[in-house]
Amino acid sequence: MSDSAQAPQSAYIDVNGLQQLLDALRRRGFRTVGPRLRDQAIVYDDIESIEDLPRGWTDDQEAGRYRLLRRDDEALFGYAVGPHSWKKFLHPPVQKLWKSERKDDEVRVIPEPIADERLAFIGMRACELRAIAIQDKVLTEGVNKDPHYAARRKGAFFVAVNCGKAGGTCFCVSMNAGPKAESGFDLSLTELIDKRGHGFLIEAGSDDGREVLSELPNRAASESEREAAEAVVAKTASSMGREMKSDDLHDLLLRNLEHPRWDAVAERCLTCSNCTMVCPTCFCTSVEETSDLTGDETSRSRRWDSCFTIDYSYLHGGSVRSSTKSRYRQWITHKLATWIDQFGSSGCVGCGRCIAWCPVGIDITEEVRAIRDSETK
Amino acid sequence: MEGLERIVREHKFFAGLDEEYVKLVTGCAKNVRFEAGEYLFREGGPADQFYLLREGRVALEISAPGRSAISFLTVDEGEVCGVSWLIPPYRWSYDGRAIGLVRALSIDALCLRNKCEADHHFGYEMMKRVMPVVIQRLHATRLQVLDVYGVDA
Amino acid sequence: MASMLDLAKSPAASADPMVPRVVRVTRRRGDAPEIVTLEIDIDGGFTFTPGQFNMLTAFGVGEVAISISGDPVNRGTLVHTIRDVGPVSGALTRLRPGESLGLRGPFGVGWPMAEAAGRDVVIVAGGLGLAPLRPSIYRVLAERDRYGKVAILYGTRSPGDILFHRELETWRRRLDATVEVTVDHGNQDWHGHVGVVTKLVQRADFDPASAIAMVCGPEVMMRFGAAALHEAGMPDEAIYLSMERNMKCAVGFCGHCQFGPVFVCKDGPVFTHDRLRHILALKEI
Repeated sequence: MSDSAQAPQSAYIDVNGLQQLLDALRRRGFRTVGPRLRDQAIVYDDIESIEDLPRGWTDDQEAGRYRLLRRDDEALFGYAVGPHSWKKFLHPPVQKLWKSERKDDEVRVIPEPIADERLAFIGMRACELRAIAIQDKVLTEGVNKDPHYAARRKGAFFVAVNCGKAGGTCFCVSMNAGPKAESGFDLSLTELIDKRGHGFLIEAGSDDGREVLSELPNRAASESEREAAEAVVAKTASSMGREMKSDDLHDLLLRNLEHPRWDAVAERCLTCSNCTMVCPTCFCTSVEETSDLTGDETSRSRRWDSCFTIDYSYLHGGSVRSSTKSRYRQWITHKLATWIDQFGSSGCVGCGRCIAWCPVGIDITEEVRAIRDSETK
Repeated sequence: MEGLERIVREHKFFAGLDEEYVKLVTGCAKNVRFEAGEYLFREGGPADQFYLLREGRVALEISAPGRSAISFLTVDEGEVCGVSWLIPPYRWSYDGRAIGLVRALSIDALCLRNKCEADHHFGYEMMKRVMPVVIQRLHATRLQVLDVYGVDA
Repeated sequence: MASMLDLAKSPAASADPMVPRVVRVTRRRGDAPEIVTLEIDIDGGFTFTPGQFNMLTAFGVGEVAISISGDPVNRGTLVHTIRDVGPVSGALTRLRPGESLGLRGPFGVGWPMAEAAGRDVVIVAGGLGLAPLRPSIYRVLAERDRYGKVAILYGTRSPGDILFHRELETWRRRLDATVEVTVDHGNQDWHGHVGVVTKLVQRADFDPASAIAMVCGPEVMMRFGAAALHEAGMPDEAIYLSMERNMKCAVGFCGHCQFGPVFVCKDGPVFTHDRLRHILALKEI
């Protein structure tokens, strides 16, 4: 394959090279966050060393189930996605917006300063890159921009990992969101681990990425390494845990707003809002006002909210959507249908978190299939 | 009589009515007038006539002890005032008070009911005109009962 | 670096659309039971289009969306008519002249003033819905020659609940506009209409083929009002409603105000009936 100016140069680094990547980023002042094992799950948190990564672990995910299992190798990224997504850093669960101070009848409002932190995300999946692009659209590409999100986003460095294993509830292929990270990253890794050795195919996706890569001990990837990397991606793509036909969802769902399936799923749904918490594209928030006893000092914060809560749609003494059915219907029709009207793309990236983390195992792909099948019968 | 017939023929309520039926109705009709504040009818009284307003406004009211009268509907020119004449016991359900000067066609209910019995086609023409009024008032009443302007609307 | 004080006082308080500026109540007036009008003189003026709204903060209590109900020509004073329906709106109605509140805005897509030029204008207001329509009425009556026939139809609960009573009288006295007021129930002193506002639509004088209608009030009333206008012969694209939903941000970030595919805060609050008809009658959308 000939190298063109556009095609990323594939290089190879070994496991130690990954540690050096972390060090290079930290030297530049980045806060490095990535997957680590905690509370029997793989979550995203601060990492300093490759020893912090869940080496040799994998996950077993199904509807309403998430378990960790030992692998028979020492892969560092041998699992799919856990309950966290990168939105916990870019669009944090709680964000202070401003405070007010009253002195002698004069009130001043002081905006919360924009955080000065530069984040480096290690081990981002293709679906997660897509999810961030989707949130970028919502929070920075409309008429109004969220300056806190925009600042964190602008300063961030993305190190992607092409999944070596499809999760039990994954369907990124159906949503055209993976498993290969095509764009939106600074560096992209494919973990190659076999009897020949353990290392990573690494590609730069930006000038910043190229610059960092040049500091790491690396060599050009061999033909067989490039093929092995492609094979990893192909194997993952062919072993998705779920699939969901997604080219007709807008009209399918919006012409079935009174379908009896909504009543059926409402019998199971607890409106616990887990799905919205784990979903990497859900962006809804609410605001909270706090005050000291005198009312002289107040502040307002923004926090994650969910369309599943009863007061999400509160208006004039009651909620517009008070039934479980209406709230489940709102979530799924927004995510898969009206999101397209609003932002030009689906809100779903096929990461499967909502399926795994639903305590009663409601499966979005199954709900959609049931509605579609009922039409053809 | 000729003047009365013309008034009947031209009133909105009788639009499209066959000439022979216009004459039939005219036989039961007379011109009436009420001064401001005068009652056209009172609750419980015999509903021996109904009114087609030609000018002015009538308030339909209910009184309750300790409260001044509450009006739940006003009827304006071109509209029908009174539907209680249609069903037994043929008694007015409310008070009807003239707000300002009211000129109306008063139609003798007994006369009209007899003519409807004798000629069912004529009876149907009358019902076709009265039913929409009743249905519209029912819809309106439901909206009013909802108290949509209340605080928790 | 600009001092914090400068940031708080500048018209564009901050690059963050969620940060309010601080303003003070200049005048306060009680309009009807539980309804108060606040007038806020604004240094440097405040520009808005009829139908837009602001987010008002009662410090220490919270923030709420309130329509602007003043005359758009009078840029020096911002006017809000507020009904006490909860802790935040209640706190705002209790503010006295001189007291501070937070202001963000203006937000939203307003009434179709430009589209109305040359056409009959039918304004159908219910209850507090007259407040968001008042700026549009001011504009139409101030530029009367630009429009065809003007009908202002207002319905409310009872004579004691009539909002902007004196102004309605002033408008009624004009020879170039029709004003009809109806109440759900009246008393002996009331000589106006008693009945639903939809009946006023049936009796109003306008050309349904070319008129434009602006409807605001409780959602049930708007639904039936739009149906009555449509039955009178108006196409749904010419009937405009002002919708209301729970709002936490007013800038399309919090997600709360979604109604089907639209965000009421930024795609509305004014919408044409044809855009919303299919979901207006559905429950819990």
